[in-house]
Amino acid sequence: MRARSAGRSLGAGGRRMADAVLFEFLHTEMVAELWAHDPDSGPGGQNMSLSVLEGMGFRVGQALGERNPAWLPPSSSPWAPQAWPGDPPASAWPKCLPLPPRLSRETLAYREELDILKFLCKDLWMAVFQKQMDSLRTNHQGTYVLQDNSFPLLIRMASGLQYLEEAPKFLAFTCGLLRGTLCTLGVKSLVTASVAALPACKFQVVIQKS
Amino acid sequence: MGYGIGTRLVEDFLARSCVGRCHSYSEITDIIAQVAFKMYLGITPSVTCNNSSRNEFSLILDKNPLVEFVEELPAGRSSLCYCNLLCGIIRGALEMVHLAADVTFLQDRLKGDSVTEIGITFLKKPEEKKYRRKK
Repeated sequence: MRARSAGRSLGAGGRRMADAVLFEFLHTEMVAELWAHDPDSGPGGQNMSLSVLEGMGFRVGQALGERNPAWLPPSSSPWAPQAWPGDPPASAWPKCLPLPPRLSRETLAYREELDILKFLCKDLWMAVFQKQMDSLRTNHQGTYVLQDNSFPLLIRMASGLQYLEEAPKFLAFTCGLLRGTLCTLGVKSLVTASVAALPACKFQVVIQKS
Repeated sequence: MGYGIGTRLVEDFLARSCVGRCHSYSEITDIIAQVAFKMYLGITPSVTCNNSSRNEFSLILDKNPLVEFVEELPAGRSSLCYCNLLCGIIRGALEMVHLAADVTFLQDRLKGDSVTEIGITFLKKPEEKKYRRKK
């Protein structure tokens, strides 16, 4: 079952979907539901709940990308999913085809990877959260830090250091969302999040070299 | 989960919709269908009243955005009430304005019925004459 992500003008034509506030409410309930059954569970239980949330976000990110073909890179781009003979079969990433072996990551123009991350910061964030990411930084070696100074899923909670411990629960789904969207765009990644003071948070995207 | 969402959603609804006081269950159901559903989901279910004591109503959903990407229920889950969240939301919202109601799916297109129908039964309180129906 897919959790629906709400947003205005998703994709071409500006088709209006459900009101944005519904996703915020649904997300809050999802977190509450996962923690309600065992509030005192140790780190093992917590990690399981976090990974359930991340997995849900991943699937939504994939689906968003799949249902918006305008988001996929043009087929001439090396990032476009293409089948090449002799490639190993896709294993844990059925929707993402590996890069063709004759093109190593290093030979790709650095700009292309940055373009994809900029797309996440602008188009994806606008579609899901009705705002853009506030800043994007990189070490030029496949690690990107996306910063949102007023993340909508944290805004209603608190401002400052209160609930800092709880914040990761509210970021797991979005980490998955980023990872899933990147996957549909042909990029394998690891996404983590950190919060110094609500409602600002940072998402760290580390591109996985295949 | 829907109940939890409904208890919070109603505040957002009241803040944004500026509806006045309602004086009957029928008026309340009309507002749910014509204002709330429209505001949040962009659809307007039609309303029918199912009994003469005017406390049982049905919302007939012609379109349901929640199932837009669902072709059929997964195998082994044929009894799944996919949109039960909606019933909880309505129930939670009504309870926050001091109205008790049973809300269930009477028909479900995903289960093969011809329409999707949500039934709302307002439960009478013992001293209902003493309370004004608030919205």
